[in-house]
Parts: sequence; structure tokens; C-alpha cells
Amino acid sequence: MIEFRAVNKTFPDGTRAVENFSAVIPSRTTTVLVGSSGCGKTTLLRMINRMVDPTDGAIEIDGENIADVAAVKLRRSIGYVMQNSGLLPHRKVIDNIATVPLLKGVPKADAHRHALELMETVGLDLSLAQRYPAQLSGGQQQRVGVARGLAVNPNILLMDEPFGAVDPIVRADLQKETLRLQRELDKTVVFVTHDIDEAFLLGDQVIILEKGARIAQQGTPEEILANPASEFVADFIGADRGKRRLTVSSTAQPQGDDVVLIDAGGYAAGVISAPDGKLATGHSSPKSRSISNKTDQAGDA
Amino acid sequence: MNWIGNNLPLIGERTLDHIAITAPVILLSFLISVPIGWVANRFTASRGIVLSASGVFYAIPSLPLFVALPVILGTGLRSPVNVTIGLTLYGIALMVRSTADGLASVDPDVTQSATAMGFSDSSRFWRVELPLAGPVLLAGLRVVSVSTVSLATVVAVLGVPTLGLFFTDGVERNILGEIWAGIVMTIVIALVFDVIIVQLGRLLMPWTRSSSAAVSRPGRRTRVVAPV
Ligand SMILES: Nc1ncnc2c1ncn2[C@@H]1O[C@H](COP(=O)(O)OP(=O)(O)OP(=O)(O)O)[C@@H](O)[C@H]1O
Ligand SMILES: [Mg+2]
Repeated sequence: MIEFRAVNKTFPDGTRAVENFSAVIPSRTTTVLVGSSGCGKTTLLRMINRMVDPTDGAIEIDGENIADVAAVKLRRSIGYVMQNSGLLPHRKVIDNIATVPLLKGVPKADAHRHALELMETVGLDLSLAQRYPAQLSGGQQQRVGVARGLAVNPNILLMDEPFGAVDPIVRADLQKETLRLQRELDKTVVFVTHDIDEAFLLGDQVIILEKGARIAQQGTPEEILANPASEFVADFIGADRGKRRLTVSSTAQPQGDDVVLIDAGGYAAGVISAPDGKLATGHSSPKSRSISNKTDQAGDA
Repeated sequence: MNWIGNNLPLIGERTLDHIAITAPVILLSFLISVPIGWVANRFTASRGIVLSASGVFYAIPSLPLFVALPVILGTGLRSPVNVTIGLTLYGIALMVRSTADGLASVDPDVTQSATAMGFSDSSRFWRVELPLAGPVLLAGLRVVSVSTVSLATVVAVLGVPTLGLFFTDGVERNILGEIWAGIVMTIVIALVFDVIIVQLGRLLMPWTRSSSAAVSRPGRRTRVVAPV
């Protein structure tokens, strides 16, 4: 469990990036910090591995104040994945993945063997092991970044807009992989994005932030979608535009068992399956995510 | 050209003298520039000071410097120590800028991610920043090498044995072949050094030859600085 207690961060130039932020990030779940550019997401994330130290307030991991842990040691125990992967351009893929184990003195052969296993875990072709990062596609680089983040088998994985720089198809692919990895590996993931759909897709818990990392709303995607806490949240998740409020089309004929849904703009937003000729209601937990996803694709089209 | 045929051993000897003086200077210039370049790059205030100081230093005419140095250092006028120090100072003046520029050219995303992974400050410098500054350092070192090899001919005026002696002696005694021998061998040394440095760079920085894409990510790491 990661706990922020009344954390503030004012940078030397006077920028108040984080104002009185308190939150609990439960273990073995994915918490997504989402908000527009400059609201303080990266700063919050970097406070967890002490790349940024809070001006005041405390951050605890499993009850231990991280200010009491040597920064280098702390960082080697936490996975970190960032946009543009941040791979070391002068090291081959396999050495990039093995970087932290090698830093910690793990014998090279062991570190490399483990790195190859991780390449399989994240769905990378093993033939890429001897390449340099510049010889990979953006999506492959991100996978290497994820593999590297997992190399020390950390309990905590910090991901800062890891899929911000890849195209939508590759991104969807990587998101699916992230969900799969999370199911398989059971890490505490803190994920930063400014894409609300990505947040709802990946997050068990979503924290919507306003400028200064002030919490606009915190909850499960379902709670937030059903009950936006404020105008700001409603606006941010697109509810005010009716983007997510779908109605059954009155004009389009049902196609077999499916009923066409339209959004407030009148555009087809997706279909809802109606087995046995009537709409199924009731069992809905993962549904809101997939529906919100379809909505987005239609809305952006 | 008779002179050349009759003096092959002497040409060989002077060439070796020339190499013996210049090779250590090139190496020293490089080694000493790394910490100075680091300081220049690390603190915004020091960058301007260090870089203008090195620029001004390079503008000092060489002959007076070589005459003045022994007085300052208390060494003999023809002492190789005096010559080595003088040439190294010029080498450093050139190399510091390349080092600072090279370190500044390292992608901040990369250094940040190195920090995030748990590199300590010193291991990050030696294992990430310095190697990644390599291509710019290499470009700088090539300039230092050529400059040192040619500057070393000047110290012949002081009577220090280098290929430069062929110029002074050849002009004095009006032997064209001797002058030519000096010029050609100086150029040959410069070329050989350059080839060695480039090959060493290829050996030590295999990622740079793996693909041209390595340096062509838009807006990143492309600030390769034209040396001089
Ligand atoms: N080192 C720094 N010095 C001064 N100000 C900073 C520094 N780092 C960040 N800031 C400022 O703090 C605020 C929050 O920055 P942060 O990087 O956390 O935003 P973000 O939410 O991650 O934005 P983005 O989505 O664009 O990455 C911004 O106003 C930024 O300009
Ligand atoms: Mg950010």
C-alpha cells in the first residue's frame, strides 16, 4: 500500500505542482492518476520513487516513510516505465532489460536469462534481444520499457504515460497486454495518463486531478461514470456532452439480437447485445468499461 | 629529393619523436577535459565561465606561450615537460567545449530514466552520460588530434626534436626535400591518428554504427556540434 499524507510540492521556481495531496493506493491493484497536462501527475508519480522529494507531507510504502529509505535503493526496488521508453540507446535490448539486476550485482548470465523470460512475458520476439533500441519500433520499445520495469520483480510499477507516443492500434494492444500482465503478475501499478478512456480501461481505482494535483474525484470507473462529483469531472469524462449517455436508437432497426446505441450527438456509438430478443440488464461490472471504450471510438471518428 | 633518400633513418627518428610528444598530449587533453567539461555542464554558472576561458586561452599565440611556460613552471626551455604541458593546454581548450557540448547533448529522458532505475550519480555519469556523449567527444578529439600534431611542429623553434626541425633546418639550409619530408610526415601522422581514433570510436560505441536512426530521432540528441 502506498499512502500520500498531506503532500505538498513547490518547485524552487515557485511552481506549486502539488497542493495538499492525500490518497491511499491499495496493493495489487491499478490506480490511475488522470488529468490534463501540467496538473502534477508526473510529480506525484516521481515522489513515489524519490526522484522528487515533497516540500512537506509524507509518503509511506507499507507503513514505512520513504524519506528514510536511501533513494538509490528505493528506486532499484520500484519499476518505472515512461513515455518514449527512456531506454539506454547504447545498450542492447537484453542489457537494457537487465540493467537494474546488473546494477545490483546479479551475475550476467542469470540476469540475461531472466531478461529473455521477461521478453516473452511482455510479448517480444526473442530475436530482438541483440538489437539496439533505435532498431525497434515505438511499440516494441515500450514493451522493452515494461520488461525492464519488471526486471527486479518489483511490488510496485510506476508507469508515466507509457503509451502516449504510440499509434492507437498499438496502444490498444499494449493496454490489453497491461491488463493481462496485471492479472498475471499482481503488482501495485500506479499509472499516469491524460486519456480518460485509458484510465477507465486500466484502473481499478481512478483519481481525477485538477491543477495542483487537487483531487476532483476518486473512485472506481463505475462510480465516477455513474456519479461525476462536479462539473469539472463531468466535463472531463465527457458526460456533459452526452458523449457517454447512450440511448437506444429509435430509427435503426435492430440487427438480429443487437440494438444500436446512439450518443447525444446522434452518432452511432455502438451496439448492445440483446440475447433472446431482450436487453440483458443487471450483471454489469466490466460492461461500463467496454461501452465507454466503444463510445470513444465512435466519438472520435 | 636526394636528401630524403639519404636521411630515411633520421626521418623515421623524428617521426617517432613527433609521435612520442603528441600521443600523450592527445590522451591527456581528453582525460583532463572530462572533469572540466562535467563541471561546465553541471552548473549553469560555470558553463559560461569555463567555455569562454577555454576559448580565450586557445587564442594565445603558441610561441610566446612556450617561451613563457618554462619561466612559470621553472622547467628548462627544451624540457619535454614544458612542451607537453603547453600542447596539452591547447588540447584542453579545444576539448572542454566538446565535452560540455557532448554531455549536454544526452537525451534528458535517458538520464531521467537512468536515475529512476537506480543509477547512483557517479555510475550514471560513467555508464550512461559519458558513453552517450561519445560521438561528440569523438568529433572533438579528432580536432584535438590534428591540431596537436600540427602545433607540435612549432616547438622545433625551441630546439625540441619534432618533425618541425625539418622545417627550420630545411629553410635555413635551403633543402626543399627536407621541408617536404616534414610536411608529408606531419600529415601522415595526423591521418593515422585520425584513423585510429575513428576506429576506436567504432569499437567502443557499437550502437552508433548499428543504424543511422540512432541519431535521427527528431529533436533529440541531434545537437551534434561542429567542432573547432
Ligand atoms: N523541475 C521542475 N521545476 C519547476 N517546475 C516544474 C518542474 N517539474 C514540473 N514543474 C511544474 O509542475 C507542474 C506539474 O508538472 P508535472 O510534470 O507533474 O505535470 P503532468 O501532470 O505530468 O503534465 P503532463 O501531462 O504534461 O506530463 C507544471 O506546472 C510544471 O511546469
Ligand atoms: Mg507528465
